[in-house]
Amino acid sequence: MGGMYRRVVDSDLWFSFSRSPTVVVATAVTTIMMMAALFAPLIAPQDPFDLTSLSILDAHIPPAWMAADDHRFLLGSDDQGRDVLSAILYGARISIGVGFASIALALVLGVSLGLLAGYIGGRLDALIMRTAEIQLSFPTILIALLLNGVMRSILPAESQDQLAIPVLIVAIGISGWVQYARTVRGTTLVEKNKEYVQAARLIGIHPVMIMLRHILPNTMGPVLVIATIHLAVAIITEATLSFLGVGVPPTEPSLGTLIRIGNDFLFSGEWWITMFPGAALAILVLAVNLLGDWLRDAFNPKLR
Amino acid sequence: MALLEVDRLRVEFPTRRRALVAVDDVSLAIEAGEVLGVVGESGAGKSVTGAAIIGLIEPPGRMAGGEIRFDGRRIDHLSDEEKRRIRGNEIGSVFQDPLTSLNPLFTVGQQLVETILAHSDRSADDARRHALRLLEDVGIPAAAHRIDSYPHEFSGGMRQRVVIALAVCAGPRLIIADEPTTALDVSIQAQIIALLKRLCRDQGTAIMLITHDMGVIAETADRVAVMYAGRIVEVGRVRQILRAPAHPYTTGLMDAIPRLGRDDADLAQIDGAMPRLHEIPEGCAFHSRCPHAFDLCRRRRPVLQATGDAAAACFLIDQERSDD
Amino acid sequence: MLAFILKRLLQSLLVMFFVALIAFSMFQFVGDPVHQMVGIETTLEEREELREALGLNDPILVQFSRFVLDAVTFDFGISYQHKKPVADMILSRMPATLELAIFSALLALALGIPMGVYTGLRRNTLLAHVLMTVSLAGVSLPTFLIGILLIFVFAVMLGWLPSFGRGEVIDLGWWSTGLLTVAGLKALILPSITLGLFQMTLIMRLVRSEMLEVLRTDFIKFARARGLPEHVVNFRHALKNALIPVITVTGLQLGSIIAFAIITETVFQWPGMGLLFLQSIQTVDIPIMSAYLILIAFVVVAINLVVDVLYYVIDPRLRATRSADSGA
Repeated sequence: MGGMYRRVVDSDLWFSFSRSPTVVVATAVTTIMMMAALFAPLIAPQDPFDLTSLSILDAHIPPAWMAADDHRFLLGSDDQGRDVLSAILYGARISIGVGFASIALALVLGVSLGLLAGYIGGRLDALIMRTAEIQLSFPTILIALLLNGVMRSILPAESQDQLAIPVLIVAIGISGWVQYARTVRGTTLVEKNKEYVQAARLIGIHPVMIMLRHILPNTMGPVLVIATIHLAVAIITEATLSFLGVGVPPTEPSLGTLIRIGNDFLFSGEWWITMFPGAALAILVLAVNLLGDWLRDAFNPKLR
Repeated sequence: MALLEVDRLRVEFPTRRRALVAVDDVSLAIEAGEVLGVVGESGAGKSVTGAAIIGLIEPPGRMAGGEIRFDGRRIDHLSDEEKRRIRGNEIGSVFQDPLTSLNPLFTVGQQLVETILAHSDRSADDARRHALRLLEDVGIPAAAHRIDSYPHEFSGGMRQRVVIALAVCAGPRLIIADEPTTALDVSIQAQIIALLKRLCRDQGTAIMLITHDMGVIAETADRVAVMYAGRIVEVGRVRQILRAPAHPYTTGLMDAIPRLGRDDADLAQIDGAMPRLHEIPEGCAFHSRCPHAFDLCRRRRPVLQATGDAAAACFLIDQERSDD
Repeated sequence: MLAFILKRLLQSLLVMFFVALIAFSMFQFVGDPVHQMVGIETTLEEREELREALGLNDPILVQFSRFVLDAVTFDFGISYQHKKPVADMILSRMPATLELAIFSALLALALGIPMGVYTGLRRNTLLAHVLMTVSLAGVSLPTFLIGILLIFVFAVMLGWLPSFGRGEVIDLGWWSTGLLTVAGLKALILPSITLGLFQMTLIMRLVRSEMLEVLRTDFIKFARARGLPEHVVNFRHALKNALIPVITVTGLQLGSIIAFAIITETVFQWPGMGLLFLQSIQTVDIPIMSAYLILIAFVVVAINLVVDVLYYVIDPRLRATRSADSGA
């Protein structure tokens, strides 16, 4: 136990971590926000989806420190009398959930295609990498918008709201596989010519096993870094699509949906309905980005 | 008075735990028109010494002690602008790799002209005429035509000629040539050395020739300083040191020179590697690789002491004297 | 040189072919176009006539060739929703988007490059640290949030600038411009900052890292050793080398800017192509979606091509063969 502790404290990673207060703060903020989102039902003052607990009489109440007499809503309430803080906690839950699900999809897709392209090579490699190149020349947000739009148009109208979140996850996931594939392919090309892989091949181990057991572990460092940075991108993409009105439906609002709803009240001076969800989104993304930046530098000092 | 005097120079590179000493208590002098060879393995502190003289130590490295005097005037504590005026103008430089020393986006003429203009009041036309003369001088064929070519259109040897033209274009009195032939084909190396020597003899320019190749020193230098782990271990006239090296490390370096009429199998390598900066041992830094090391070498660090025309930092000298 | 351009041209055509294929297949995915175009009271015979008239009974290859030929002649069919030619709709909205995009790109370049140079050269100063931290915020903040924030401060609280629309526009032939009126220019400020901020931080960070990279090279050290003045080393030698990759990225970002205009145009109700595209997604107006896709692809591919050629012109190393010909 003590030895383990010393090893961690002596490592370069820990050194660079502890020496950068920004990273420590970013890690703390990320952890707190993710925990708060995860345990939202336990800590939120109100269940924003429980329509019976909402009262239209409570609508448009400013944050507690500004309200004249009504101090029940710390960050104010929205047009339906919903507690903004509770809505943010539940919204962050959806934003972060969609973010993780999308990167999981992108990761599995990208890593598999990268492994296949690198290990098998030839025409398959050319096809995969060519597709990646074409996709890369278009902005992610545009691809996610298009995929989302096409998928929604195929679905029957009545199930659209139900399937909105899975559709969103697929759209964001597919729009983000390229980077994983490129990195993994690169590592695979290097690893597959190493002696241990050649040896494994000679003794007749199945190619799938070689890819999973021997090559895959070597790609995990960079993949982790990409995934962290990608998490921020995925959260932004989800928020943007929801803000544009083609993402998460208003019945289960994410942070982006909350900002969209609140935006209408900006001009009547009820800024808290949109600004607090906006601030939550900005802080979350900034913290994850800082963490990702640091991870990238720590894993690859050359990039600094 | 010598043209260049380096006095007890110390260069440190601060790191996470402590400062690494790259150059430790190095003193040397170069007379006008003289060729001083500085020889040693990579990491011995030769290049850092050169960089310190022109005031361009890579940050975070810094000069932590000593003085550098040029023409009797102290230059290490001058302002950045004053140091810049000395660089190129008084002290020229030739770097190791001609492929990377020139900016790929400018023609060799542009790079020569800007350097000439930085150090003189010539007109642009005059500077270009001077540049052309220099290119002819360093042996670029069809110089009038090649002056508007980009660096990548020259071969490695031709590029090093351009680099030398850049080093001498403002008429410096000293040139610091840091491994000027290491990156070149063996067949080109001798030509470049001959060119450097000719230019300097014509102009009376002194050269500080930094190299790891004792053979180049033997052919070129008047005096030589041997560096090991940041210190000078032996310094003196080349002829004497070649004939009778006093330091076991110098002996080792000379055994590594291939000679005609000797079987290559006899080429001796020094066992082991030079200690890295953060693990320089107590006592003489060479003791772990020295065939003659004894007790004292592991405890105390020897200082330079005269041996005729040269000086060496080795306890063996005391021993031999007491044996006499 | 010519061979190089031809090769790139061929690759671009290939990309456009694939994009056309995707745009075409969107029609196939989404049910029967006839269904989208007619009312409920239309009889089966009338539908069949329309189907025949639209060529929907032809073999799929024939339909695809017709689609490509139409697209090449800027004919993207009729909008399901608006019953108007898509090409006309896009054309009328193009000036708004292009003015916004170009203005934003200029803003991003004009501020991003100097800031990148500064943070690269003086990277340990307080201002450099502040700029780097703020730039990370610029990368992290979603575009729409920046827009909302700007609207809140400058339109709602201060009331200085309009929060939506293009202000007053003047028609110059088919091009309607907001650049010639005060109201038009004022309306352009907030949207172009919103759209340009992300690119600006991107360019700043890129220029900074390229400067740091170049400043480490031997030829910069040698330039210093030659006694060149600091400003010549930094701005003539280092900057020129650092800007080469910046050209590529900035070129590629132009496509991005046009795509991100979708978001900015939504926030500011800017009547451009992006807003049209977003509305077409919401109403599943496939002709507009596919036309927009093809157009954006064309812009991206064209810019890529220009950037490649530009690269060739700027970097003498790539011109090696041509110079050798003339130099022999």
